[in-house]
Amino acid sequence: MPRLVNRRPGRATRVALVALPFVLAVTAYAIGSHIRLSENPNDKLLPSFAALADGLSRFAFEPDRRTGEILLWVDTVASLGRLAIGIAVSTMLGLAVGIGVGLLPYARTTLASFLAVLSMIPPLSVLPILFIVFGLGELSKVMLIVFGIAPFLMRDVALRVGELPAEQIVKAQTLGASTWQIVTRVVLPQTWPRLIDAVRLSLGAAWLFLIAAEAIASESGLGYRIFLLRRYLAMDVILPYVAWITILAFLFDWALRRLQARAFPWFASERRG
Amino acid sequence: MTAVSIRNVWKSYGDQVVLENISLEVAPHAFVSLVGPSGCGKSTFLRMLLSQETPTRGAILVDGAPLAPEPTPDRGVVFQKYSVYPHLTALENVALGLELARSPLLGRLFGARRRAVMEEAAESLEAVGLATARDKYPAQLSGGMQQRLAIAQALIKKPRILLLDEPFGALDPGIRKDIHDLMLDLWWRTRMTVFMVSHDLREAFYLGTRIIAFDRTRTRPEERDAYGATITFDMPLDPSDPVKARIRAAEEAAARGLDLPLSDGGAGRCH
Repeated sequence: MPRLVNRRPGRATRVALVALPFVLAVTAYAIGSHIRLSENPNDKLLPSFAALADGLSRFAFEPDRRTGEILLWVDTVASLGRLAIGIAVSTMLGLAVGIGVGLLPYARTTLASFLAVLSMIPPLSVLPILFIVFGLGELSKVMLIVFGIAPFLMRDVALRVGELPAEQIVKAQTLGASTWQIVTRVVLPQTWPRLIDAVRLSLGAAWLFLIAAEAIASESGLGYRIFLLRRYLAMDVILPYVAWITILAFLFDWALRRLQARAFPWFASERRG
Repeated sequence: MTAVSIRNVWKSYGDQVVLENISLEVAPHAFVSLVGPSGCGKSTFLRMLLSQETPTRGAILVDGAPLAPEPTPDRGVVFQKYSVYPHLTALENVALGLELARSPLLGRLFGARRRAVMEEAAESLEAVGLATARDKYPAQLSGGMQQRLAIAQALIKKPRILLLDEPFGALDPGIRKDIHDLMLDLWWRTRMTVFMVSHDLREAFYLGTRIIAFDRTRTRPEERDAYGATITFDMPLDPSDPVKARIRAAEEAAARGLDLPLSDGGAGRCH
């Protein structure tokens, strides 16, 4: 009998094992829901699958009676817009500042300690300040995302750039590269795939800050909707919304991973060693 | 044809002296093999020739002019590792030096100019025996092929001086032999002055026209920081010597225990 550390599941077992926790979770929910509903048919906490489907279809396929809009769609567009701008701004900041700090001794001396302190400020604690300064509109929500993930991205990019072997930078100089050319031909191309890793890691935080900002002051958005519906204990809509957010987040992560593999084929083989 | 003159060079880090009183006149088109125990400042010496580090005292002159304060294209380099760029194919790695010179802003060429550069790079790849690997990434190449690539990449700038920091140290003996012959051929054709740090005496004698050994002359523990390594052995070799004679010289030198360790694990007094 081989040791447990040496035993690996076969193909069929693998599929079954991957599915197992999902199946268990859904089954547990179904049982819980059934028990509660059989005691009290008006129970709102664990709605049946039929009720969830109904809640989903009301928000995803039927126009809202008051505005005539399809709310899930409106909320998704609003949230993704904020998320995209927030992540794009953070990524650009992360690249610019990170490469500067990682490559240039002057930038490092000036900014490294400041960034270390900046990234320790809990972003949610500055949310009130953002609302006061930038108002309750879109800007403050985007700013919260930027404030939440840009410091991490800057520091991560700076670390990755600092990890590039010194030989590479010296070699570039012996090939006649200026500082700018070192950035464009040596550092930047090798930073992209690492940046994708960093963005993937910060996606969770970006969603957190997005939903937090929407929950507090907003008129649309996925986070706004679930916090609004909470007042009515409308679990039949909240749960599908949460599932939708999860699917979106998962898809982004998957898309970034694919992009990394497709656009930077050298990265995987280099990482393998 | 480039002469290098090292005048009374010292290098120390804080209180710790690494190299002391190094003076050396290197003739044009010399192939200088730098040997000695680990930590005796061979690589530090090479980094000073590269302007990656500056001497604490003394001066280094190239054809009578002081060395530029930072790395420049007239001094090419091949390191033991990390010499080539993992994100560029073999061809792109070689073309990089040409592209940088011809496109100051982007460091990248397009269209006909790019094709011209790539053709030139392809010729260089062929010259080091990598014609079939042009579109592969370095991670897909063997260690020997990566070092050939690094040589082609460095030589495309036609440097006057080539600096080699244990470039063949990680290669299998069979592959080494081929790459040694390639190196000799290129050295002969380009008329470069070469400095090579090596841990392998056989290699040092086989390639070099001059052997320079660095070692410490004071080895008591309390003297370790205060005194650095210096040149303890300086032997010219006739480049027209038949190969066997040189290998024999290497073996004789080792047998006589000329204070030259055969490998990294030798005397080891310089850590």
